[in-house]
Amino acid sequence: MNVVDESSRSGQVGFVNVVDEYFLEHRGKLIDLAAFLDRVDRAGQADDRRIQALRGALQLLLEPGPERARRILELLSDPTSEPVDEARGSATGAP
Amino acid sequence: MDYIDPHIHMVSRTTDDYERLARCGCRAVSEPAFWSGFNRASAEGFRDYFLQLTEFEPTRARRYGIRHYCWLCINPKQAEDPGLAREVMALIPEYLDRPNVLGIGEIGLNRNSKNELVVLEEQIALALRHDQLILVHTPHLEDKLKGTKLILDALDDQGVRPERALIDHVEEHTVQMVLERGYWAGMTLYPDTKCTPQRAVDILEVHGTERLCLNSAGDWGPSDPLAVPKAMQEMRRREHPVERLRQVFYANPHAFLSQSPRFRA
Ligand SMILES: [Zn+2]
Repeated sequence: MNVVDESSRSGQVGFVNVVDEYFLEHRGKLIDLAAFLDRVDRAGQADDRRIQALRGALQLLLEPGPERARRILELLSDPTSEPVDEARGSATGAP
Repeated sequence: MDYIDPHIHMVSRTTDDYERLARCGCRAVSEPAFWSGFNRASAEGFRDYFLQLTEFEPTRARRYGIRHYCWLCINPKQAEDPGLAREVMALIPEYLDRPNVLGIGEIGLNRNSKNELVVLEEQIALALRHDQLILVHTPHLEDKLKGTKLILDALDDQGVRPERALIDHVEEHTVQMVLERGYWAGMTLYPDTKCTPQRAVDILEVHGTERLCLNSAGDWGPSDPLAVPKAMQEMRRREHPVERLRQVFYANPHAFLSQSPRFRA
């Protein structure tokens, strides 16, 4: 990463214990996600393209290494590079 | 602490919101022209909108000690109709001399279509012809990565000086390319899409504070006009020094916007 500002990185943690500070909130978000996938199953929508994309993203979460957020956003992005002929509808959150 | 919200759509907000912004330390807002949730039927509809942005909103803001600035353009969503877009572009020069106008924005792409790109190129040319700053909207969700690349190429192709343009709505997958190419980057704090305060502060910790701004993009949809002070709180929670808060929430937007001689805060 060549745009890193070392002065801000050094102030990153300060006196904050990241896990103490954020664990419960993110534990809650994970259970929310699990309950959502259960709800999707009950609704018979597990094959929805967007849910398939989420499953792919969940695999990625388990891989080691930094920049998980960037990699998941890339996975959920349109991989093409040319402009489309016509703007139709709204973005849905998965390619 | 005093702060500036460099991207907020006050036409969609109430006067109570101005009061709440003022109480949280907001000293100036900059409001880009955008898609107000419905298609304006004619260029005359945009004329009314430009009057609202240049006359009514600054008057409303002044009562709360907030300076109101704006940006003019045809929004990327209605750029799919190049005929209408060109009629609106023809109106813009007569409003560029208004005392609160900072430049052309938020131009950009919505679904990355050919027409949107043509209109984007024409609006970049308009900005350059009139020596205006540029504020850029990058597309939503799955369209953002591709759209950001197309937009940066369009700006570079016309020789826009990167320090004169702010690329908004960056996230973890687009922030680096924007900063590396010398542009300013804006992070938008939205409840469901774009960035949360926690992710925005993560991005500041990873990429540094140079040329990065935060905004609420408060509008008619799910959004929070007080998102910027909430991100301030998040930085305080992580014990970032007060000088860094001042840089991100005041000095950075001030430095970008001050390139317009009209901006004072
Ligand atoms: Zn906007």
